Amino acid sequence: MIDKTHSSIASALAGITDGSTLLIGGFGNAGMPSALIDGLIALRPRELTIISNNAGNGDTGLAALLKAGCVRKIICSFPRQSDSYVFDALYRAGEIELEVVPQGNLAERIRAAGSGIGAFFSPTGYGTLLAEGKETREIDGRQYVLEMPLHADFALIKAHRGDRWGNLTYRKAARNFGPIMAMAAKTAIVQVDQIVELGELDPEHIITPGIFVQRVVAVPDATTAPIAHAS
Amino acid sequence: MTINKKLSRAEMAQRVAADIQEGAYVNLGIGAPTLVANYLGDKEVFLHSENGLLGMGPSPAPGEEDDDLINAGKQHVTLLTGGAYFHHADSFSMMRGGHLDIAVLGAFQVSVKGDLANWHTGAEGSIPAVGGAMDLATGARQVFVMMDHLTKTGESKLVPACTYPLTGIGCVSRIYTDLAVLDVTPDGLKVVEICADLSFEALQALSGVPLIE
Repeated sequence: MIDKTHSSIASALAGITDGSTLLIGGFGNAGMPSALIDGLIALRPRELTIISNNAGNGDTGLAALLKAGCVRKIICSFPRQSDSYVFDALYRAGEIELEVVPQGNLAERIRAAGSGIGAFFSPTGYGTLLAEGKETREIDGRQYVLEMPLHADFALIKAHRGDRWGNLTYRKAARNFGPIMAMAAKTAIVQVDQIVELGELDPEHIITPGIFVQRVVAVPDATTAPIAHAS
Repeated sequence: MTINKKLSRAEMAQRVAADIQEGAYVNLGIGAPTLVANYLGDKEVFLHSENGLLGMGPSPAPGEEDDDLINAGKQHVTLLTGGAYFHHADSFSMMRGGHLDIAVLGAFQVSVKGDLANWHTGAEGSIPAVGGAMDLATGARQVFVMMDHLTKTGESKLVPACTYPLTGIGCVSRIYTDLAVLDVTPDGLKVVEICADLSFEALQALSGVPLIE
């Protein structure tokens, strides 16, 4: 019997080592897999490369991972926010490397990695600082920039419901990067609000089919009960 | 000089909203452009939010907030009946693929050729953050800029060439300021409407580029 569910966060996170590259889901705090990130902090990995839309808000989730000194480099579209003080301080101190990527290019680079695309030409960013040094090409009179896929060793994402085959549904705008990040990682680790029996998810409504998912762990009511962090 | 009757933020938003047709798929950028939503009246306009919403509705009533339902500015919103959720790659395909009719964006500067600078001042020590700005600028069929005509220190935000880092090249279609509405044309910036109590000559004198009457 195939069972991708894990009974503990620690077992779901097994294998993440110093220097791993991780995709971490979420847009702000919506879809942020906070319980997985807390579990990761407890493992104290070093020199991680993180790919995520933001660089953490407040003191929890991704911000806590940065604060714990686990991250060498972050690839994201929007690091600077009113409450991104943890990232801001590390960046200004030269303790973290930053690669800023336009949000749509970030999403498509992740999707490309999960879809077996070697690279692709995007019009976004042409002629700007963020395309400096990149190959460009004119196609049918329009200018494009060559963008490379973003592969990762692991994806940490949050979904609403999952089953033992790894099929997933999401909740509202917390879906954001989840489906494409699951595709792009060698091992996709998913925090779900609820694990359900096979067949309970309507096949017409499964957003991420289980082929893209390796591990599922239930963290009930994570949306309504933020997890406290030790700093 | 004192300019009489220049538009407030709300009046600028109202003016932009008047140009949005029923049935349009529209993304309203973070900040002042979000005010446009207040002036669409009974028109069925589909608001897109790049974090995965079409048919975005107004702010929820107090106590009805849902942390999984936010807009690109990470504020709580609602979804209209008939709205949809989707993932980020689909959301940006809607922009880049030319499916989005209009993006309304703020700006630091717009050049006479329609180049846009709105993501980064390039100032020493500032942390760059682009979000969806470049994708919107490049992908939407029409880009409307909504901004003050002048900086706080009185310099024109319409410029011969942007001095701030670019967001997109030749991407702006129309500019709505607190003084005027201007179209970006191959011949330069053409004044569609003067919104303040100003003559064309006075508007020209305040603008950093030649205007077409």
